[in-house]
Formats: sequence, C-alpha cells, structure tokens
Amino acid sequence: MKALHEIAYARSGDKGSSANIAVFARTPGMYEWLRENLTAGVVEEFFRPLGVGTVVRFEVPNLEALNFILPAVLGGGGSRALRIDAQGKTLGQALLEMKVDPPET
Amino acid sequence: MLRIANASAFWGDQPDAAARVLAALPDLDYLTLDYLAEVSLSIMAAQRERDPEAGYARDFVGVVGSLVPLWRAGSGCRIVTNAGGLNAEGCARAVLATLAAAGLWRMRVAIVTGDDVLHHVRDGAPLTNLETGEPIDGIRPRVATANAYTGAAPIAEALKAGADIVITGRTADPSLTVGPCIVHYDWKPDDWNRIAGATVAGHLIECGTQACGGFSTDWLDVPEPENIGYPVAEISEDGSCVITKPPGTGGKVNVQTVKEQLLYEIGDPGKYLSPDATVSFLTIRVSEEGADRVSVSGATGKPPPESLKVSATYRDGYRAHGMITIFGHDAVRKARRAGEAVIKRLANAGFTYDRHLVECLGTGASVRGLVSRMSDTHLLETVLRISVADPSREAVERFTKEIAPLVTCGPQGVTGYAHGRASVVPVFGYWPTLMPRALVRTSWKFVNGGVA
Repeated sequence: MKALHEIAYARSGDKGSSANIAVFARTPGMYEWLRENLTAGVVEEFFRPLGVGTVVRFEVPNLEALNFILPAVLGGGGSRALRIDAQGKTLGQALLEMKVDPPET
Repeated sequence: MLRIANASAFWGDQPDAAARVLAALPDLDYLTLDYLAEVSLSIMAAQRERDPEAGYARDFVGVVGSLVPLWRAGSGCRIVTNAGGLNAEGCARAVLATLAAAGLWRMRVAIVTGDDVLHHVRDGAPLTNLETGEPIDGIRPRVATANAYTGAAPIAEALKAGADIVITGRTADPSLTVGPCIVHYDWKPDDWNRIAGATVAGHLIECGTQACGGFSTDWLDVPEPENIGYPVAEISEDGSCVITKPPGTGGKVNVQTVKEQLLYEIGDPGKYLSPDATVSFLTIRVSEEGADRVSVSGATGKPPPESLKVSATYRDGYRAHGMITIFGHDAVRKARRAGEAVIKRLANAGFTYDRHLVECLGTGASVRGLVSRMSDTHLLETVLRISVADPSREAVERFTKEIAPLVTCGPQGVTGYAHGRASVVPVFGYWPTLMPRALVRTSWKFVNGGVA
C-alpha cells in the first residue's frame, strides 16, 4: 500500500460552506488508475466523518486531474465554522494520506 | 506582449511585495492587488460603522507609499486593485493624499463603483441562496453587506481614459487582469476566447505566491521560500500567457505549481463563471517553456451568465477562540478535560452557548475524525483550543476570561498563555446569491485629491 501523495498531488480550497479538492496524477499513466479508482463515492466515504454531502467529481483529462466538490464539508464555512480549519486548507493534505494500492509502474 | 503581476493575494499579504516586484521589474505594465475574500467586506462594514472614512483596505495606501520611489525613478507601472472595498472614494482620497505628499501630482486615480447592491436587499429584492435555495427573508434584517462581482469593462474604460491607478469594490478577481488586456489589445467585448485566456491568467495570479510554489503539495522542494516570488503573467494578443516570476526571487513556477493553482477553488472546470466570460478549462494546455516559465493556452470562452453573483453577509452573533498549550504525559486527556471544565464552569455561572467546540491541536483536529486518535495517548504536547459562538456578546465576553485561570486550576504543564485574552469578534454569515445584470449599474470616475 502507498499513500496517495506518492502517486498524486492536490490542492484544496473553499467556496462558502463547500470545498473543492483537485487531485493531479504525478505520471500520465497514473491518471487512468486514479480515474477508475478515486471515484466520487470513495472520496465521499473518506470524508464522511466531517459531515460531507454528496460528492461530485469532474474529470479534467487535459490536466490529468480530477476535481472533487465536497458540499457542506466545512461546517458553515469560513465565517461561521468554529473548527481550526474553516476554509478547507487541510482537506487536500488529508486526502493525500489515503492508502491506495496502484499497480507498480 | 503585456506583463501583469500580482502583489497581493488577500487583505494581510506581505506588505513589501509590490515594491519588491516593481524593483525587480521596473518596466512592468500593470500590478494587480487583491484584498477581498468572501467575508472581507463585512469586516470593512464594521470598520465603517465606527468611522465613515474607513471601509476599505487601508494597507493599500501603504503600498502606494512604498511604490513612490519607483514611480519617481521612472516606472510607468499602472495599478488595478479591489482595495476600495465598500468605500473606493475614501480609498482614492487617501491614495491621492499620499501621492500629493510625494509630489506625484500628475498621477490619476479612478474608482469603479456600482457593485454595492445592499439597497436592493433593503428594498425587498426576492433573492435565493445559491447553495441552499433558501429565500433571503429569514436573514434580511441582519444583512450587513451585499456586493455583486462586477467585470472588467469599467476598469478598461478608466484605464483607456488615462487612469494610473484604478480602485474598485467587489470586482471579480480575474477581471482585475482582464481589464488591462481589453485596453491594451483593443479586444472586442465578444472576443470570448481571448477574454477567456485573460480570465485564466487573472485566475492564476490572483492568489499571489500560490502560483509560484506557495501552498504547493511539494512545498519542501520549493527553493528559498523566504524570498518567494509573486507571479507575473505575460499575456499575448491571443489571450494565451506565460506564467513566470521576477528574476532573483525564490519559489518555483513549473507545470505542477501552475496546474494546482489552475483548479484552486474551482467548481465545474468546463464552466468557470466570471462576469466577463464563461470559460472552459478543459481545452487548456499547460507546458514548461523554460526555467520558471510555464505556457498556458487554449482556454475557450462563451458569453457570461445573464446573472451576476452577489456575495451577501449577515450578522450572526459573536464568537471567540481561546488557546493554551499543555505539556506532559496524557497531554490530550488533560487538555480535553480542561476544555470541558471551562465550558461546565461557564454553564454553572449561567452562560451557555449556541455552539461550542473543544479541539486538541496536534491530534488531527483540522480534519477531526479522519486521523486515528490512537496516537493521542503518546502525544506529550497539545494545544487546547476552545471556541464558543452565541448571539449574546456578554456571554462570549465572559468566556474570554475563563481561559487564563487554567494556568492554576488546570493540569500541571499549562503554558503559552502570555498572549493575553482572546478577543470577541462579530460573526458574519456568508450568503451567496444571483442578481440580474440590469440591477447592477457600474460606473467609473476620476477622483480629485482636493489639493491643487
């Protein structure tokens, strides 16, 4: 098993009480694996403890990237949420800790 | 080729960034400075309540002062910024005073207004929340600000008339870059692909150093973070651009840093909505064309939506956060117990809160529940962070007095309390909505300093 950050990089940010996480393949071959395995359902399950809504995924093949929208994950958003990360700055780093099992390349 | 740099990603960014960029690139065409995040305007509204002359990003006046020596030395760099916030005219007057004091009488300052649509909210406009679908009526009496994201057109007009500094309110961030492009290249209003390209360039530089290695996944590999460069977009007539950074700066511009920023805070990449165009990112090509030089081309554009996005904020009580450090064996158990004790003690004194939260930083509190708590027992140190929110200012005020006593009544090994009491801050809820363009009348004008 590997951590997702070994095969991908990411960046997250906020939009109101939602956040987005863009995940980028580190190598061209890995994009296909990510596309098949890092589904909206997998990401939604991962972030369930934070109270995320239905995750939507957009494919961005020209950037070898997947963009995930995570509704309601910020508990009220930048202005209202009490938690230390009210703006989703850490969500990309959190997802990159996910354990994955891609084929050796 | 048009060179536009950014030197401020938000209200509170590095104060010497603009002067450093211009010192390295004295023949730069434009500097853009972004000061407004989703709820910045509500903070400005609170400042303006105390002082009618306030209500804008005062930091920008300091930036103008820092650029005086560079303009005196011959730089012709023009500035486009949303520092005006809720009071662009007040901001312009302060800027003109700074310029006059430096003898720069000939520089012309223009403001763009019309983004403030609070009067429509007060007049009963039937608005719907973009995220929840709820009508505005429930919060209407508490709405503090309502500002439409306006576009590049009035900025372009002001620049065309000869403005050296254009100060706007809630202009969409990329439009600060699109405006200068429209003037420089004389693009037609329906040159959608070109405007899309400039919008992408503006989006890439609007967060400052985030395009140059800041905030990147592989930040440990980014050289010289203490001297990180701010981004420069070299924009061509076809709307494509090269993202780079000033010579002699740290940081890194490569395909990875640019791709990360391209999708930062983006929804549907096939439909990026700005007031100037609807942009597809799905046709963009990103490639390295040299050291710290990344080419970005191929963005495609369509007409913008008929409605403009409006950010409203509403008063939602008060909050405060208190922090204290706890060291020793069982640090996390001690911290949680101390946090709960504070909340209980307040309850016994008759103070309860709408919402409260006890966090132990160092245990994965940023994403509570995702990181296993197995490691808690092994932590020798944690930062206890206690937060409360309530409509009663008095209750929140009382909370701020209950943190320091933990030094003597809490566990042994409490430290890090020397920074004084937590402060009570007003909470502003964010309320996004849409408004027909016809209801948002933007205009621009030159502001005179009142000094001959």
